[in-house]
Amino acid sequence: MDWLSPEETTALLLSLRVSLVATLVSLPFGVAVALLLARGRFYGHALLNGLVHLPLILPPVVTGYLLLLTLGRQGWVGAALWEWFGFTFAFRWTGAALAAAVMAFPLMVRAIRLAIEAVDPKLEEAAGTLGASRPTVFLTVTLPLILPGIIAGAVLAFAKAMGEFGATITFVANIPGETQTLPTAIYAFLQVPGGDAAALRLVVISVAVAMVALILSEALSRRVARRIAGR
Amino acid sequence: MSAGIDLENVCCDFGTFRAVDNANVSIKPGEFFSFLGPSGCGKTTILRMVSGFIEPTQGAIKIGGKDMKGTRPNQRPTALIFQNLALFPLMPIWENISFGLEVRGVDKATRRKKAEDLLKLVDLPGAADKMVSQLSGGQKQRVAIARALAVEPQVMLLDEPLSALDLKLRQHMRAELRAIQKRTGVTFIYITHDQGEALAMSDRVGVMSQGRIQQIAAPRDIYDNPVNGFVASFVGENNIFEGEVGPVADGMAALNGAHGSFRARVLPEAQGKALKLYVRPEHTLLTKVKAAENSVEMEVTEVAFEGAFISVHGQAAGGKRLSAEVKNDGVTVVPAVGEKVFATFDAARALLLPDANVRG
Repeated sequence: MDWLSPEETTALLLSLRVSLVATLVSLPFGVAVALLLARGRFYGHALLNGLVHLPLILPPVVTGYLLLLTLGRQGWVGAALWEWFGFTFAFRWTGAALAAAVMAFPLMVRAIRLAIEAVDPKLEEAAGTLGASRPTVFLTVTLPLILPGIIAGAVLAFAKAMGEFGATITFVANIPGETQTLPTAIYAFLQVPGGDAAALRLVVISVAVAMVALILSEALSRRVARRIAGR
Repeated sequence: MSAGIDLENVCCDFGTFRAVDNANVSIKPGEFFSFLGPSGCGKTTILRMVSGFIEPTQGAIKIGGKDMKGTRPNQRPTALIFQNLALFPLMPIWENISFGLEVRGVDKATRRKKAEDLLKLVDLPGAADKMVSQLSGGQKQRVAIARALAVEPQVMLLDEPLSALDLKLRQHMRAELRAIQKRTGVTFIYITHDQGEALAMSDRVGVMSQGRIQQIAAPRDIYDNPVNGFVASFVGENNIFEGEVGPVADGMAALNGAHGSFRARVLPEAQGKALKLYVRPEHTLLTKVKAAENSVEMEVTEVAFEGAFISVHGQAAGGKRLSAEVKNDGVTVVPAVGEKVFATFDAARALLLPDANVRG
C-alpha cells in the first residue's frame, strides 16, 4: 500500500482489527439476545429491549462517557478488573473494540431478531414432536434458517464498528497505533495543516468499506427471505 | 404398535377463559377418532394437550395407560401433523422424512432406506431427493404423513391437515389417510371443522362446542341420533319446530305448536328438558295431500338443483322456512315455485332434542 503513509496504514489495519474483534466477540451475545427478544416471554422484556437499543439513541459521546465511568481505570468495574486481573480497556485497542461493539450491538440484534421472527414456530414444534430436544431443534432447524440473517447482522455491525467515532474517542482517546481508528485518524488529519490529502484517502476507504458492507447485507437479507419462503 | 388415549376430567383454562371443560373420552388403540366442532370450540387445545405443548389445568391425559403429566412433547409417543404441514424448507424430502430418526442417532444408510420405504407407503416413490418447494399440495401432505410415521408413533395427531387442499384432492386424501391408518394400525386423532371429513373417515367422532364434548359416537349415530340441537345442526341441515311437549310413551312424544301437532322420538337422556323437534330435509317428503300425521302445508319459494338431489325450499304459515331434498331419480316429481305442497315426515325420523350442552 504505497499510496498510504505508515500512519494511515496503521489506522486502517487497527480499524479492521477493532471492528473484526468487536463483531466476532459480540456475535454469540447478539444471537442470544435476539432469541430472547424474539421468542422469550419474561418479566423485563421491554427493559432488555430498551437497554439494547439505548446506544442507538443516546449521543455517542454519552455512551463513551458511561463506558469511561464504569470501565475506565477509576470506574467501579474497571478498577476491579485492573486490581484483580491487571487488565484494562482504558486507552487500549480492546477498549476501542468494546466501544465499537456496544455501538454496533443494536444493529446486529435487530437484523438477527427479524430473521428469527420470520421463522414459523410450527417448524420448531414439528421438530419437537419428532423427538428433537430444544438445543437440537435450534441447531438443526432454526439456525440454518436464520444463518443469512446472522451474517447480515454481523456485516452491518462490522460496518458500524468501522465508522464508530464519538464513543471511541471519549472512552479511549485518539492514540496513534493503539486507539486511532479510521474516523479518529481522519479527525486528527483535519486538525493539522496539510492533512487534507491523507484525510481524503481515508474517507475514500471508509466509503468503500461501508458500501461493500451494505450491499452484502442487503443481498443476504433477500436471501433469508427467499430461503424461509421455501425458495 | 399403537396406544389408547384417555382424557380424564380434563380442563384447560387460558386466564379466565375455559377452553376445554371437563373432557372425558377413552380412545381405543388403533382407532380413528375425530374431534369435530366450529373454530374456538376447544378441539385444537385438546390436540395440543395430548401432544404436550400445553398442560391441562385439571385432569389427566394418559397415553397407553401412562399419565403424561410433565412429559415434554419430544418425549411423548405422539407425532403431530400441522395444518400448514411445517415441512423443513432447507432439507430434501428424504431428510425431512428421516429427521426424527437422525435425532435418535440412526445412521445415514438406514435413514435413507426408511425414507424410501415410507415414500412408497404414501405412494410417492422417487421424490426422495426433491426439495419441498418442488412438490404440490397433495404431495407435501404425503411427505408430512411419512415424516410423522418415520418415528413409529403410537398415536398420530392431525390438526386439520386437509384444509389447505382443493375439494377434489381433499376427497382423495380422505380415502388415502384412512387407508394409511388401516395399513399402519396407528391410533389417529383427527381435528376438523368439516363434518363430511369427520363422518367419512372416523371410527368415532367427538362433537365439541364451547369447550364441551357434546357427543361421542360412531358417525352414523352422530348423524341419525344426535343428542342435542347443536350436534344435529352442526352435522347437517334440519327443519325445526317449537312447541309444548306432551308426556313420553314408548320413547315417543307429541309436540303441539303453531304449525300443528307432531309426533317424534325422544331419547331417554333428553326427557325433562326444554325440547324442539328436528327433522332432516332428506327425511322430509313433499306430498300433494295432507298425511295422517306430521304434515305441514308450505308454498315452494325456491328450487335449487344440486346434481344428485334437488333442494326445495318453502314457507309455511307465519313465514316458517322449511326445506326438503328430492332425489334426482327421474321418478320423483319436483314441485314448481309457487306450488302448495305438504312437508311430511315419519315420526321415527324426527327427534325431540334439547339445545347444546353449555355452561349454565
